[in-house]
Amino acid sequence: MAYISKRNLRKEKEKQTAADNRRELIAAGFKRRDLLKMGLLTSAGMLIPKKGLSAHPLNTRGSFDEDEPSSPQTTPFQELMPRLPVLAPVASLTPAPTIAPNTAAGEARTEPHQAFAQFPPQRFYEMSEQAGTVLMAPPGELPPQTIWGFNGTTPGPLIVERYGNLGSPGNGSVLLRLRNNLPTQNGGFGLPSVTNHLHNGHTPLESDGFPCFFMGQGQFYDHHYPNVYAGINSTHPGTGDIREAMHTLWYHDHRIDHTAENTYKGLAGEYILFNEFDTGNENTGFRLPSFGDGQNPLTSFDIYMVFNDKVFDSQTGLLKFDLFNTDGILGDKFLVNGKIQPVFHVSPRRYRFRWLNTGPSRFYQMFILGPNNTTKSFWQISTDGNLLEKPVQVNSARFSVAERVDVIVDFTGQAGKTFYIENRLNQDDGRGPDGEVVGAGQGDKILKIIVDGPVVPDNSIDPATIPATQAVYFYPFPDTNDAARITRTFRFERGNGQWQVNGRLVGDCDDAPRFRIKRNSVEKWVFQNNSGGWQHPIHMHFEEFQTLSINGQAPRSTGLITRGRKDVFRLEHNMEATVYFRFRDFVGRIPLHCHNVVHEDHAMMVLGQIDDQGDNRTQP
Amino acid sequence: MTDSKRRNLVAALGAAPFVLPMLTAAQSVGTGSKFKVIPSRERIRDRYFPNLSLTTHEGRTVRFYDDLVKDKIVVFNMFYAKCEGICSPVTRNLVRVQKLLGDRMGKDIFIYSFSLKPKDDTVPAMKHYAQMHKVKPGWLFLTGEPDDMELLRRKLGFVDPDPEVDKDLSNHIGVIKFGNEPLERWGGCPGMKSPDSIVEAISWIDWPKNQTSLKAKGGTR
Repeated sequence: MAYISKRNLRKEKEKQTAADNRRELIAAGFKRRDLLKMGLLTSAGMLIPKKGLSAHPLNTRGSFDEDEPSSPQTTPFQELMPRLPVLAPVASLTPAPTIAPNTAAGEARTEPHQAFAQFPPQRFYEMSEQAGTVLMAPPGELPPQTIWGFNGTTPGPLIVERYGNLGSPGNGSVLLRLRNNLPTQNGGFGLPSVTNHLHNGHTPLESDGFPCFFMGQGQFYDHHYPNVYAGINSTHPGTGDIREAMHTLWYHDHRIDHTAENTYKGLAGEYILFNEFDTGNENTGFRLPSFGDGQNPLTSFDIYMVFNDKVFDSQTGLLKFDLFNTDGILGDKFLVNGKIQPVFHVSPRRYRFRWLNTGPSRFYQMFILGPNNTTKSFWQISTDGNLLEKPVQVNSARFSVAERVDVIVDFTGQAGKTFYIENRLNQDDGRGPDGEVVGAGQGDKILKIIVDGPVVPDNSIDPATIPATQAVYFYPFPDTNDAARITRTFRFERGNGQWQVNGRLVGDCDDAPRFRIKRNSVEKWVFQNNSGGWQHPIHMHFEEFQTLSINGQAPRSTGLITRGRKDVFRLEHNMEATVYFRFRDFVGRIPLHCHNVVHEDHAMMVLGQIDDQGDNRTQP
Repeated sequence: MTDSKRRNLVAALGAAPFVLPMLTAAQSVGTGSKFKVIPSRERIRDRYFPNLSLTTHEGRTVRFYDDLVKDKIVVFNMFYAKCEGICSPVTRNLVRVQKLLGDRMGKDIFIYSFSLKPKDDTVPAMKHYAQMHKVKPGWLFLTGEPDDMELLRRKLGFVDPDPEVDKDLSNHIGVIKFGNEPLERWGGCPGMKSPDSIVEAISWIDWPKNQTSLKAKGGTR
């Protein structure tokens, strides 16, 4: 018998027993609050005072290292939440971008740019994907972390761009050159082979970050982002459909089979698009809080917040990735813009927060906790990258991996007070949350917000002043009246220990596309999850969908949030949803996949294509 | 840390735990840090690769980490000799993968199939299974103490979080995992994928100089 076996086995058994005990309690109808009352669960929700019930950290492999029960302790609310740096354009690129892949110069792209001549790039960006060193906790609490990031930072720089005006759509066109300068030595996880997805731009698909279009070390890849509205070459020639505007996007690695480790290691960043309506200036257009230069606290009130959760090795204090997990990875440290539980100082006025969850597997339901466990309401203005028809007052916003929510939070008259962004959605394992939402103050406080900034003018729209009778303040939703060319069903399931879609695994990169969408057509897709054990954030590239029904019910006419245009469908337990897509303008390879990136890497993906023929496969 | 130094450290830890505080102090990060500097490769070994004693289908006794994993590119899957259903196609797939890997098999790439029914999978039973599938050198079928095999299965992530589903052994057979131990590149894929695409997935964790040579098809990606 080997030297560690007995000890570990005993611990394995203890852990199994703990999980079983807890499952039994839950099956018996005990909620988390009951356990709290019974003294079996601490208010932090993490530890139970006696062995045999502990659910944390419930490594979903069913096998977790008792030697490393959790990350080292860190002191919350010490570090300032960084405002994300804005990436500056460069004057030119060397070598100059070409329509055909510049293979001789080391470009990894294999397909020519399809819209380069129509929308010649007006501005150029260049970033290097490389290792960097960052501090995620207060100095001395965790050692410096080696991450992989865009220009060596994580989250990566914020790209702020504008759609061209409706009369001159080409003015928005940009080109981003990415270079792969990642090292061979990965420090424990990460594959130095990458492909960058602009989630969820209306991007010609050779530039979109298809999982199989990856580049090796030393190569570069030119991404052409025309930043045009869908419909530009089809339903709304010359302008595009303004109702298709997107404003909050992000970019991230999408390397097939290795996305989870690469994004967890830091390869994700943010992308904002303004236009003549959502202008970035609170004195014009929709009058949403000003972006300013993104840095100056006296003029910049449009704040991008990137949430993710991570685990750190208890012995080395270094970022840890669970290599053999296929169910989903949960962290016990919550980061905002690269710092664990930071602090943000605001002035007593309105702010636009852009919330993004980069995963890997956790779902959030964010509340704003005020003094004395009060819950502060706020205004949700978007679902994913897309504005709703008007702001909706809410007490919380739920978003799974890759979803975005833009909100307006009004701190007017709140000077001197402290608030927290608090996640109250209980989730003990990577398969998804159990649906339980804990009480105010009992969740995880992720960001501390102190209203102690100077009084500054606020010319932004107060959503409370928009008349209830006014149906549309932003853009109207597009109609969903056109007949679908085809209805396809995608069943997300598990078989033989693997994730599957319609009983099949993700194919080979070289396989023929599993489905072919005809360009400029409408399709209805049915997403099915027959399981009570798993939830999946389902993401389609390139186009947003509108939800026609969930479990047979049409979204309520007043339910703007469920009717909102989205690119991630949160497919919950035993759910079936029908969604409506228009696929317009561009062609190329396209994936549909689960955005729990651990599921995604383990085959929960279908590789398809948009072309001018289409096919009639109803269950690809 | 060099290999010999690391071995010394392992030996010291195994033989004399009281040495640990001294080593810890010497290894700590800066003054007063509570953290140790341990190469990530060692942390991966400690976390996932218990150095268990296993028996091969040829009757040899081997150590899991020292003899099977260290310094190698490895492919893991689970099996049991009397398995029908999904076992046969996965094993047949791996036979074709073995063929595609050519002379790399047994040189720097190894396939290891771990028994899910160690009581039944005796050396003769495994040997018969290996011969039936015309398994060549570089591919080992492995058994051991039932508790050890169970630990190994869990460490390598061949588990389902639902205990009922976990009991169905066929759920652990459809998956293969692979990795490049010194380069710390690990991955997994369905065992039912085509042999070509399994080999392609393995090529992604191959030594940098070989990044293209494993692939059945060309291309610079």
